Amino acid sequence: MAFTSAVITFPGSNCDRDMAVAIEQVCGGTVHRVWHGDADLPEGLDFIALPGGFSYGDYLRSGAMAARSPVMQAVVRAAERGVTVLGVCNGFQVLTEAGLLPGALMRNAGIRFVCRDVALTVDNNQSLFTAGYDAGQQIKIPVAHHDGNYFADDATLDRIEGEGRVAFRYAEAVNGSARNIAGVLNDRGNVLGMMPHPERMIEPAHGGSDGRALFENVVRGLVSA
Amino acid sequence: MKVRVIVTLKNGVLDPQGRAIHHALEGLGFEGVNDVRAGRVIELDVADSTSDTTLDEMCKKLLANMVIENYRIEKAA
Repeated sequence: MAFTSAVITFPGSNCDRDMAVAIEQVCGGTVHRVWHGDADLPEGLDFIALPGGFSYGDYLRSGAMAARSPVMQAVVRAAERGVTVLGVCNGFQVLTEAGLLPGALMRNAGIRFVCRDVALTVDNNQSLFTAGYDAGQQIKIPVAHHDGNYFADDATLDRIEGEGRVAFRYAEAVNGSARNIAGVLNDRGNVLGMMPHPERMIEPAHGGSDGRALFENVVRGLVSA
Repeated sequence: MKVRVIVTLKNGVLDPQGRAIHHALEGLGFEGVNDVRAGRVIELDVADSTSDTTLDEMCKKLLANMVIENYRIEKAA
């Protein structure tokens, strides 16, 4: 069966088209574009992506309003059924605000917006999203965020590290994130949130293609599952 | 009924904005500022019949992120 995915667009999303193009080019199949006000998702989804941007102008807290929008109720239900969900940048913020991932993303420790390529280390290469990388592999992926400073209490950090739920860490100082965490998995491993943008690194013209393996592996993992 | 919700960062949560404000105050020559924490005030005008339980739910479900923030509710006399 053809790979079926959806990219959710909130008012203020601005990486939704990039995300859709990356999925189309790397995963193939049908990519549905879904508006935040839709109460239902298309039938038979394999994969849902929450893109980067500034949903609802980052009012109240980054991702807070989007996490309470009608479509997110459907995304939460889909994630609970086991549908694969990726949230990038603002999408990661939305996933934490929606309670699908632990912790919160706070203002960067250096106050400034950070927009550049950063080095990441693949911490766990056993997940659906990261199995295309080697454990400990260093990759280059761009970040572009103001609120990427990952916070969780020590007990939570110990737990997610112990359970292998840190997918990526920053290999350099970026935003003050606790334990340099750049990407986190849920307990079941079907939801990943990450601040760096893999969809912006899928072909040499982007300056690198280190993000490609993530999308390749999602489709490989789901089709063979 | 006018209600004021004060949202503050939990103790132990680093506050980059508070730190920047602190730094700026010192830059202006103000001495003796020991610490600065930035928060948020949200003013609501709600029906008089709104219960404390409902106000609490509003805070927990949306106005504050309980992972990093505390809230306090003040009702105008």
